[in-house]
Amino acid sequence: MNDLPASLTTALGLVAGLDARLLDIVALSLRVSLSAVLLAALLALPLGAQLAVGNFAGRRTLTVIVNGLMGLPAVVVGLLVYLLLSRAGPLGPLGLLFTPTAMVIAQAILVAPLLTALTRQTVEDAWHDYREQLHSLGATTHQATATLLWDTRYSLFTVMLAGFGRAIAEVGAVMIVGGNIDGVTRVMTTTIALETSKGDLPLALALGVILVALVLAINALAYVTGAWAQRKLG
Amino acid sequence: MHTIFPLSLSGVSFAPNDVPVLADIDLRIEGGARTVILGPNGAGKSVLMRLMHGLLKPTSGQIRWNAGESRPRAQCMVFQRPVMLRRSALANVAYGLKLAGVPRVRRNIQALAALERVGLAHLAARPARVLSGGEQQRVALARAWALEPRILFLDEPTASLDPAAVRSVEQVIADIHAAGTSIVMTTHSLGQARRLADEIIFLHAGRITERTPAAEFFPRPRSIEAQTFLEGE
Repeated sequence: MNDLPASLTTALGLVAGLDARLLDIVALSLRVSLSAVLLAALLALPLGAQLAVGNFAGRRTLTVIVNGLMGLPAVVVGLLVYLLLSRAGPLGPLGLLFTPTAMVIAQAILVAPLLTALTRQTVEDAWHDYREQLHSLGATTHQATATLLWDTRYSLFTVMLAGFGRAIAEVGAVMIVGGNIDGVTRVMTTTIALETSKGDLPLALALGVILVALVLAINALAYVTGAWAQRKLG
Repeated sequence: MHTIFPLSLSGVSFAPNDVPVLADIDLRIEGGARTVILGPNGAGKSVLMRLMHGLLKPTSGQIRWNAGESRPRAQCMVFQRPVMLRRSALANVAYGLKLAGVPRVRRNIQALAALERVGLAHLAARPARVLSGGEQQRVALARAWALEPRILFLDEPTASLDPAAVRSVEQVIADIHAAGTSIVMTTHSLGQARRLADEIIFLHAGRITERTPAAEFFPRPRSIEAQTFLEGE
């Protein structure tokens, strides 16, 4: 444990000095996880809203499956995407394995169930309040869905942040499909794992500090957004 | 002019999961009047309104508008708890116009005019959900009024409001009627029924026991159930 104070000092030096290697890693992490959440949201928002409002066969079953998939282990997602993208896999010819794109795909698959399940819950609560009024005004299912998504936009923003928090903190999926290649697919979590095993604690610790700070900042942003929306829009 | 009246209910029953809520309702609404549905809790007042408005389907019997459509556009409903969308008061009124197919360029003008008629033009830009309960209910009335319905259903529109707000909502209801819209409403307040009703429909345990002009109902209700109800007051 004698390493800790010394490592921490070096780590803070790296953060304060805006170490180029450190910045590259942080930037890639942000880019990959942000893209993954946006990609997942394209599916999760309409699907979650349909699960809340729609009236189709298999809705309950699908809801249970989506809820269950929220706990999907990152390494399993990594493995599945690896199999899809590897040379022999069905998407092998695209040559995406060990690229940031592969990492985006893996993280998108990882967070999509979480985003879908939370979207469904959010929209369903609003639907419970709005249902009679929207029917009374003659809204079609499509119009009602659009209205609900718009009216819950601040809650849904918080949902997206929750997805981002999960994506940026996971290590298993990006490690497998990204390969942790220096300067190409190395993100914060994979670097921490690697540098720790190599014994380079300052860099690992510096990234750990940044990661924790980012996750805290995300949660603070979610909280502030929620409180602001509540005050402004009721 | 093409009219949606009369609205006629014949042999209408409503019994979800075999629990009877309404039975053998025969009713004809000719339009023009202010009809107040009275009755004890659980008599089926709200359900009757929702059936007429088209939010619920009867278990048996028929509900028909003269226009032939099952749910003509020219009818609106305002609920006990106003449902305000998370947007400005003006946008809430404009939303109803949008669903009714009014072109974008005319929506805000018509919405503002409706807010003006309920005395809330000065609050048009405020988020609807931070308005007081009475103001929210008036926005809901403006949203309905903007659609120029031939008939307006109101389900206990003043149930959770303070006396001043009740007065302003009642004034708006009277104005809407004066401008040519028929009113069908439920209330728990006999005072409100006295002030607003042209005629009373009394509902007890899912059946209509009488339908009487308001001027006669309050001094001399015809049915035993209504007599008991009025004495209890």
